[in-house]
Amino acid sequence: MPAVQETVERVKRIDVDQYRYGFETLIESDKAPKGLSEETVKFISEKKNEPAWMLQWRLEAYRRWLTMTEPTWARVDYPKIDFQDLYYYSAPKPKKTISSLDEIDPEILKTYEKLGIPLREVAMLEGVEPKPGDQDPNRRKIAVDAVFDSVSVATTFQAELKKAGVIFMPISEAIREHPELVQKYLGSVVPTSDNFYATLNSAVFSDGSFVYVPPGVRCPMELSTYFRINERNTGQFERTLIIADKGSYVSYLEGCTAPQRDENQLHAAVVELVTHDDAEIKYSTVQNWYPGNSEGKGGIYNFVTKRGDCRGDRSKISWTQVETGSAITWKYPSCILRGDNSSGEFYSIAISNGYQQVDSGTKMIHLGKNTSSRIISKGIAAGKSQNTYRGLVTAHRKATGARNFTACDSLLIGDKCGAHTVPYIEAKNSSATFEHEATTSKISEDVLFYCIQRGLTQEEAVGLVVNGFVKDVLQQLPMEFAVEAQKLISISLEGSVG
Amino acid sequence: MALLEVKDLKVRVEEREILHGLTLTVNEGEIHAIMGPNGSGKSTLSHVIAGKPGYEVTDGEILFKGEDLLAMAPNERAAKGVFLAFQYPVEIPGVSTMNFLRTALNAQRKARGESEYSTPDFLKKVREVSKSLNIPQDMLKRGVNVGFSGGEKKRNEVLQMALFEPSLCILDEMDSGLDIDALRIAADGVNALHSPKRAMVVITHYQRLLNYIVPDVVHVMSNGRVVKSGGKELALELEASGYAQFEDAA
Ligand SMILES: Nc1ncnc2c1ncn2[C@@H]1O[C@H](COP(=O)(O)OP(=O)(O)OP(=O)(O)O)[C@@H](O)[C@H]1O
Ligand SMILES: [Mg+2]
Repeated sequence: MPAVQETVERVKRIDVDQYRYGFETLIESDKAPKGLSEETVKFISEKKNEPAWMLQWRLEAYRRWLTMTEPTWARVDYPKIDFQDLYYYSAPKPKKTISSLDEIDPEILKTYEKLGIPLREVAMLEGVEPKPGDQDPNRRKIAVDAVFDSVSVATTFQAELKKAGVIFMPISEAIREHPELVQKYLGSVVPTSDNFYATLNSAVFSDGSFVYVPPGVRCPMELSTYFRINERNTGQFERTLIIADKGSYVSYLEGCTAPQRDENQLHAAVVELVTHDDAEIKYSTVQNWYPGNSEGKGGIYNFVTKRGDCRGDRSKISWTQVETGSAITWKYPSCILRGDNSSGEFYSIAISNGYQQVDSGTKMIHLGKNTSSRIISKGIAAGKSQNTYRGLVTAHRKATGARNFTACDSLLIGDKCGAHTVPYIEAKNSSATFEHEATTSKISEDVLFYCIQRGLTQEEAVGLVVNGFVKDVLQQLPMEFAVEAQKLISISLEGSVG
Repeated sequence: MALLEVKDLKVRVEEREILHGLTLTVNEGEIHAIMGPNGSGKSTLSHVIAGKPGYEVTDGEILFKGEDLLAMAPNERAAKGVFLAFQYPVEIPGVSTMNFLRTALNAQRKARGESEYSTPDFLKKVREVSKSLNIPQDMLKRGVNVGFSGGEKKRNEVLQMALFEPSLCILDEMDSGLDIDALRIAADGVNALHSPKRAMVVITHYQRLLNYIVPDVVHVMSNGRVVKSGGKELALELEASGYAQFEDAA
């Protein structure tokens, strides 16, 4: 049965009342009926051809979720979300097996282009058709796993990765093709019961990326995903799982954009990272989802759980994020420093303008001996936005010799915005050394005028000064991302002064 | 030809009038010195010409190359050739001097409808100029003025002036904080820029600077006005007798 027909049939079976709507939208996309129920969870699982254990896992999460309430401790304010008024699954057209970018719907590629996502360009430049022997060492390769709404529509570089033994595929495929890995690691860092949004994600996640790097392998290229939210009222529930086995290394880039939509859209992703002995994962994010309009209408609600488990000794996890989008950001990429001598890093740039609300930071949980962590956070608030850094650093009783360095700097542009720093520090043993520095400053009129006197416009001046302010963090990003991020920062601050 | 004409300029800052009807004409190719006691309004005048916000012009006008300067945005004035070497150059952490110079130069060129400098051309130019000003290349990699000594900051101002090739250079106390050698190097840099099309306005407290940068005209400012103008000997006169004689006049 063709997939569209199959979906129509299935939707008919599920809910007669919602059939009409379902049918209409099916012309363009393949969508679950509105609302959340065990039926929705089953629908998603079935769509994905999932094995029984996966459905069971989802259903348990769903039942758990029913007993939970939304967290309210963050400094963000938004109208109550009606979870029954959302779609939980939406796929662009029936999925074919795609081996190259050329087979992707040109309309989809056009959308990417409009969003300034160089997917096609990247693929072209980086070797969809590599000339043999034509290896420019300066042009690092990026493998792209594009997620259009909920389904991965393109996966490039599979072949080369395969040669290295690296598994990089949509998680929906990994569930079918590598069930032993998925079963072993899924939910092992962020348990299904972790928090309201993570639990919701566990029940209804649609797709995301799966990466496994075998022992001793240095992943031959940067792995990259672009997320995009397209459908109206579709919650986006990505699930990403990255495992770096002993002595391996991988750098993963995540980029996100969403087209302009009037209604707020919910996004609740979960990312789990696991590093074994001597392994390292570098995870970089540039997030520029729709922040809402100048009156604070619309925009993405971004409730994300990202956590890395430094399970092995001497392992390392590094989070770098550039957050410029979303109406609400609730996000704390964290590290559990379980292995002895393991280390965690968090480098963050969070920019808020207009009516955006950001509550972001990290948790560094020191469990192993001689573990170290480093937090560099740069918050920039402009317009009428609120920007909060919330961080937790703890050292367990057994985490002797734990070290942390935290530096939180906030920059205010204008006088209608707010920056807040909320650090929690807990050392349960006396050998831990925690250092914390925090500054808050206003962008100086004299500095702006200096730049303007040298020929820059007001906006260029703000962009330059802010890029200088965040330089320590930008340097942590891979080159391709750093350039993009720099542009993004200037764009997101447009209209913040004057 | 008159490059800059300030006519009967009255300026207020926070409801207080600082300039009370100041008149000044600077022709192409001339070097003018402005001297005057602390608080007489010298920096205020330079800021108003450059377009710094916070100053309210209540009367008078400023013409630059015959155009209404006050109607132009400050970055437009820069692109048109107004350069102010600040009395207190600011620090911009995280923005390398090299990047700053390039961004600013290209912004000005773009505003004038000129093409951007290519990287090699730009680097060559910066190297030449910084060498003549005794500015080590290492310094250009550091954040703008970050951790620069007082003298280095002033030299960085002259460096920018040389790069941007403005037609009007206003130097606000470029000699303060400079040792004798640094003063000579900076002054040589300024003199090297002297051309028949370019004018300099040198604000200073010390006639010593004027031994190096020899003015065509010296103005004495007091209490928000130019109270006396003369040749370079006026500076020597001031050094001998101080400003007391003008305080009454103002
Ligand atoms: N932003 C301001 N607010 C209030 N008063 C100001 C402001 N800026 C300047 N003034 C006042 O204007 C007067 C002139 O100051 P200005 O800096 O122009 O003097 P100056 O001649 O450059 O002095 P100096 O030789 O000390 O550099 C001073 O009385 C100063 O206090
Ligand atoms: Mg002054």
